[in-house]
Order: sequence, then structure tokens, then C-alpha cells
Amino acid sequence: MLNYSLRRLAWAFPTLLLLITVAFFMIRVAPGGPFDSEKNLPPEIQQNLNAKYHLDEPLVQQYFRYLGQILRFDFGPSFQYRDWTVNQLIARGFPVSLSIGALAMLLSFTLGVGIGTMAALRQNNVLDHGLMGFAMLGISIPNFVIAPLLILVISVYWGWLPSGGWEWNWRNMVLPVITLAMPITAYIARLMRGSMIEVLHSDFIRTARAKGLSEFTVIRRHAMKPALLPVISFMGPALAGLITGSVVIEKIFAIPGIGSFFVQGAMNRDYTLVMGVVIFYGALIILFNFLVDLIYAWLNPRIHYK
Amino acid sequence: MTAACAKRICLLMFLSLLVTACGKSTDDKQSPLFSGGDEKVTDSLVLRRGNGEEPQTLDPHRATGVPSANILRDLFEGLTTETAGGNIIPGAAHRWNISADGLTYTFYLDPLGHWSNGDPVTAQDFVFGLRRSVTPETASVYAGMLAPIKNATEILAGEKMPSALGVSALEEFTLQIHLTSPTAYFLGMLNHSATYPLHQVSLRAAKGSFSHPGQLVSNGAYQLTDWAVRSFIELKKNPYYRGADSVRIETVRFYVLPDQSTEIKLFRSGALDWTNDVPIGQYQWLLENMADELVLNPWMGSYFLGFNLSREPFRGNKALRLALALAVDRDLLTEKVTRFGEQPAYALVPPGSPDYTPQEPEWASWTQAERDIAALEYYAQAGYSEDKPLVVEFRYNTSENHKKVALAVSSMWRQKLGVQSHLINEEWKVFLQNRRHKVLTQVFRAGWISDYNDPVSFLDLLTNISGNNDFAYNNEDFNSLLLQASQERIPLRRRRLLQAAEAIMIADQPLVPLYTYVTKRLVSQRLGGWQHNVMDHHYSRYMYFNDKGSESKSESESGNSSAELTTEPAAEIVEKPPAEASSEGG
Repeated sequence: MLNYSLRRLAWAFPTLLLLITVAFFMIRVAPGGPFDSEKNLPPEIQQNLNAKYHLDEPLVQQYFRYLGQILRFDFGPSFQYRDWTVNQLIARGFPVSLSIGALAMLLSFTLGVGIGTMAALRQNNVLDHGLMGFAMLGISIPNFVIAPLLILVISVYWGWLPSGGWEWNWRNMVLPVITLAMPITAYIARLMRGSMIEVLHSDFIRTARAKGLSEFTVIRRHAMKPALLPVISFMGPALAGLITGSVVIEKIFAIPGIGSFFVQGAMNRDYTLVMGVVIFYGALIILFNFLVDLIYAWLNPRIHYK
Repeated sequence: MTAACAKRICLLMFLSLLVTACGKSTDDKQSPLFSGGDEKVTDSLVLRRGNGEEPQTLDPHRATGVPSANILRDLFEGLTTETAGGNIIPGAAHRWNISADGLTYTFYLDPLGHWSNGDPVTAQDFVFGLRRSVTPETASVYAGMLAPIKNATEILAGEKMPSALGVSALEEFTLQIHLTSPTAYFLGMLNHSATYPLHQVSLRAAKGSFSHPGQLVSNGAYQLTDWAVRSFIELKKNPYYRGADSVRIETVRFYVLPDQSTEIKLFRSGALDWTNDVPIGQYQWLLENMADELVLNPWMGSYFLGFNLSREPFRGNKALRLALALAVDRDLLTEKVTRFGEQPAYALVPPGSPDYTPQEPEWASWTQAERDIAALEYYAQAGYSEDKPLVVEFRYNTSENHKKVALAVSSMWRQKLGVQSHLINEEWKVFLQNRRHKVLTQVFRAGWISDYNDPVSFLDLLTNISGNNDFAYNNEDFNSLLLQASQERIPLRRRRLLQAAEAIMIADQPLVPLYTYVTKRLVSQRLGGWQHNVMDHHYSRYMYFNDKGSESKSESESGNSSAELTTEPAAEIVEKPPAEASSEGG
């Protein structure tokens, strides 16, 4: 297991290097530059800006300069938010995204697993159809429809919760967390129902029931663990996605997370910011996939890593 | 076992949250905001302004964009400043002398002027600021504005040292600036952030992060106290400001709200006093439900279409350009498509520039039916007809409004002339690059919002040396008139030269002016002291809360004859008389 873990971690470096290289050259290929605006800059000012940010150097030299910076965990200054470095921006935005994302995942996991299990136990029953219909609705309605509806009713009409903005306070978290959690809950519920039904039809469950165990014990002790496997493999990348912020949620609720950096950075050709968040997101995906594999081995006794 | 497994997963997530919660307190001091019914934010001494995008920087010399400029106007004060109505008045300098040849300005600073740390604002601070602005290492985007100052261009190009700039401190509170040519709009320009002074000691002490809270020392009515990135920027009253006694709002928060729908919801739930904008699709709803808060006002900005004169079909084909310009029904466009009270435009320079009459072509006074007939004649003269229609590419950048305008204009061209336009929607930076290269473009969307209130700001776009001449327009008479205007210091003569230049350009029709921009926002009826102005500059130091609401607000506004409250339907917007930008100092 230790060997496997070390090997996986060793592979993470070439993967990240590939990611950095592809992202670095792709963003540079995009037309236009970070300082383009409707008001064109005089050539001498453009030259001064390029010199300040080393954009006047050959691309390969810029690439190696950037790699050197990355080794020192320095993502460089942002081109768009000029008073801040990319490190500072991520350090300020990530806690916000992490809180909202992790809470949403916690809510989705708890509700999704519960709903999925209930639906599986009452397969093809009214409850099953009702819950799965609700789940389908949750997956189909985009969050940019749900969010404004929630804001309108709960904040504007009833005045119960703030309609947007951010502070470290549960009141500001409720609506974004619910909006973010709804489709994930629905997806997990459907996954859980499918896998639970499959597990409930397997031989070892029949054996457990034959032993005379109560249905509750059969589910809790024998069915839950294998049924969770597909949910866990979905949760790894989903969690990485959730905790790095959602552009839509951040925009609608005016939340200062890091999700908008992906879009804003690309639109503004903020090379360093885009690279920073891409590397950060890439590293998280690698980490969570690795954790999912470890949890898999723990949940499924048939899996052994060498 | 399963329950234990689920418990562990939950525990893992809680731990991550805990780490987050602990981590934030060390790095990020985020204060409460938008907390609905929270007492702290509804305190009448806190002004809550929606401010669009996150400001790029609060370094006055590197700043670009409206969000930065709005905050910097509250933080700093230039040699001149503005009244609430936008007129230029003495700022940090309480009087000045201008030499007979218009090339030397001597400013006498107000000895009461102080930085937010209590130090006096001296002439040396302005010398330092102006030199820093043109230093190549500063990489200031707006440094080009300082070109009228002696040696500024050479310093920017790295040919001279910053100390060679034509700016000197004669005495502690006396500053002298030498220009290369008499620049009529120079005093108005001294209100721009590129000319703001800086506190040398704090700048050097803070190194790279001088524009962060706790480090930034400013000389305006407010000082920076908090900056929660992409959330809000908080300013508090500067107790050392020379006019601190008249500043009534203690705290101003500029909220980062790029999404207008979010902004309007916050305003409706009482969490904002002032929005930056309103959603373009909600005009009718706003008019029906929030007419008292909706404020529309002409803005010093033009929306127009450009022709690329360096390639077919527009190269050397003035008749075709005229045909297309005539066939656009601007009244219909502004009444039915844009709908926020935009003013139909036939000239490039919008109304509102001091002592200037925008030069409209003769056909601007015709009816649209007459223009359509003339358009058909010019179209035929250009060599096109129903059988041989013009096929043209019409580029615009991604935006709901640009799309609507492009669709409307192209259908007018098709209906009246039979022109086949291919609408091409491009991402912003791609669009800018294509315009600049002048290889792919034929017809393209363009707009211009002035940084200072002078017609030159618009007319300069079309000179042969302008970096913004995406039209490839080159008329020697036009260039020469603008050059003469830049040397002319007698206002009347200068105005004639500029008007003649615009008339020549409009006759050539390298562009089709469509309308003058308007600012559109929601303003709480509790807020008083602000006034409409074409530059859309609103200083928090003039504002105050009046809990009597609209009744008192109208009283406060009726006191100023130059301001028009324009919460009426868009079509009834009244234009404000031209602002007086002339010197009010010595």
C-alpha cells in the first residue's frame, strides 16, 4: 500500500508538468493580450508593461522562468488584479470556496445516500417514483434558475436571509449551499439507488438474509459499503470541482470564491491567474483521485494495491 | 461498519471545514456585509455603493477602468477637483496662475491639505507623483495623458530621466508645471488619477503592497480601511482632509458586483444605496416598479459603428458609407431597441462638452423618410443595387446589447437597401485584435467614453497618429486642424478649429454615430447631495442620508439649477447644460 501510494504521488509530478506546459502554451495562443482594451495603449507604454511582466521575452524563456517560479510556489503577480499576487488571491478566495463546497458536498452526500437507499428499498413503489422524479428535477433544473428563485422568495419577499454577499456567518451560506447541493444530491441519490438495487440482488445479501438478520442490519452491515463504491468514485472529482468554486453561484450570490477566476482570468488573458488556478485545481483533482482509490481499497476487500 | 464509514467521511469533511475556518482568521479579515437586517450595515453613516467589477488596482498611477476611478476619486485629490455637478474647481491647489503663452502653470497648494496620516500635502508630493506616473517602470496605462507636460513623452520612451519632467516645486506649497503646447483641457485633466500626488515615505516603506489597507496614505476625503478581494472595499473619513468638516458620510463601502441582476436584488432587499448599473432587459419592469429610484442621465460617451477604410468595400467609397449612415433610424433604435433613454447621435462628440457644439451633418435635421431616399441614391451611386447587393461582415463583441443593436441595424440596411450583413460575434480580446489589425474587419461596433471632458478626447481617435484609429481614417485637413487646435490657447479659436475638424470627419463618414450613452442606476431616495453630470463622477464626500426620503431629496436637488432629476421615462430625459470646465482659480 505504501509503495502504491509513493508511486502514485511520484506520478503526480509529470502529470502536473504536462498540465502546466499545455495550459501555459494554450493560454498564450489565444488571441489578444492582458493589456488590450478599447483604448489602445501607445507603443512605449505597451512596451513598458510588457517589460514589467517579462512578456517581451521569448516564449520558451518565459516558460522556464514560470517553471522556476512554480518550484518556489510563487504563481506570480496577477495581470488583472494588479495589487495582488496569484498566491494572495487564491489564499483569500479558497477558504470561501472550500466552505461552501464542502458544506454542499456534506449535505448532498447525507441527503443523496439517504434518498437513494430509501428509493432502492421501495423499488418501483410510489415513494421510489416520487423520490427519483424529484431527483430528476434536481438534475435537470440548472442552478442559475434555482438561485434567483430562492433569492426572490426567501430574501426579497420574506427577508429571511441575505440575498448575496459574503461574511463568515451561516446566514450567508445557506442559499449558496442549498443551490450548489441540489443537483449533486439528486445525482448521488440516483447513483446510490442503482448500486443499492444491484447489491441487494447479490448472493451475499441473500446469504445474510438467510442467516435471519433483520433487514436493517443487512443494509447497514452488508449492503451499504459496496453500494457506496460508485458514489465515492463520483465524489472525488466532484469534491475537487465543488471546493474550487462555481462561477454561476459566485456570480449570483456575489461570493468571493475562486471559481470566477477560471472564467475571468481566461477572458482577461490574465495568464498568471489562469495558470495558478489551473495548477491548483489540477493538484486537487490528482489528490482527490488518489484519496478515492485509498477509500475504495478500504471499502472493497477485493481491491488490493501493490 | 457502514455507519462508521459514513461517520469517518463526515468527520473528514468537518475537519477540512475546521481547517478552513481557522485559516481564514490569520490571512483574511473579512468584515460583515450584506447581512440583510443587520444593524451594522443599515447604519445611516455607511454608504453602500455597487461598483461593478473588482478594481484592477488602487495604485492611482497604474489604475484603469471605472471601478478603480470611482474609489480613487474618494481616496485622493488632484490639483483640481469637481463640484457635485461636475464643474472643475480648485482641489489640492487653491489657486493658480497661467503664463501668457499658456505654457507655464503655477499652482499654490492649500496649506490646509493633509495626508490621511496627518502630514501636510506639499508640492514635492505632486512632483514625486507626476514623475512616478511617467516613469517607464511604473508601467502606467494612462501616462500617455501627461504628454502635454514637457519631456513626458521622452521619459515614457526611456529617452530621458524622470527628473527631466517639466514639473518643479518652487516652494513647499508652490508647484510649477511646464507644457510643450497650450492645452486647453489641462486643468480638467489634473483631476485624473494619473496626476494624483503620492506620499513618498509610506510608498517606500510598504514596497510592493502600498495600496493595501493600513499601508495606503491618501490625501482625499477618505482613507482605505478594508479590502476584501472581490467582495468590497471600505473607506472611512479622513479626519485630516482639508474639508473634513463638510464630509457627512463616515464610511463608504464599494461592493464588487459585476452581475446587474445580483445588484438589483441586493438593492431591493435594502442592502445597497446606489447601484452601478441596471440589467438591460428590465427597463419596463423598473419603470413600473421602481420609477422613483431609477436614475437615467446622459453620459460623455458615444456608441457608433466603424468602417475599415483600408479595405473593400469601404475604401474610397464615401457614397456607400453615407448610404449606410443615412439608412439607420436612430430614433427607432433608441426608442425600441436600447430603450434606456439613449440620445440619437449624428456627431461623434456627445453633447455636454464645455463650449462646444457637436457637428452634425445637414441630413440630421431631415425626416427618416427623406434620409432613406437619399440613402438609396448614395447606394446606387456607390455601385450597388437590388440585383447587386452589398455583402458585408458586421463584427461585434459578445454582449446582449451589442447583439440587439447589430440585429436592428442590419435589418434596417436589409429592408431599406437590400444589404446582406453577416453578423459575427467575437470574444472581446479577439474582437479588439481584429479591429486593430484592420485585415478582417469591414463594419464593426465601437464605443468611446471620455476620460476628460473635452472634444479632443473623441476627435483624437481619428488622427493618423492615433493608436485607436481602427478605421484607417486619414484626412490631412482633419489632422492639420487638430494639430492647430493643440497649439491654440484662445478658447474661441480652438473651439472653431475643433468644430471644423469634426465637420470634415463627419462628412467623410468613417463611422456611423448611433447614440450617446446614458448612465442608468438605482439610487436610494434617502441619499442626497449627489447631482447628475455627464462624466458620471460622483464623490461620496458630497453625499448624505436624509431619512425624510424623497421629499427632502428633491429639496436638496432643486437647489442646483444645473442638475435635472431624470427618473422620468427615458424619452423625456433632459440634457444637462454643458459643464463649465474653465479655470475657477487665479
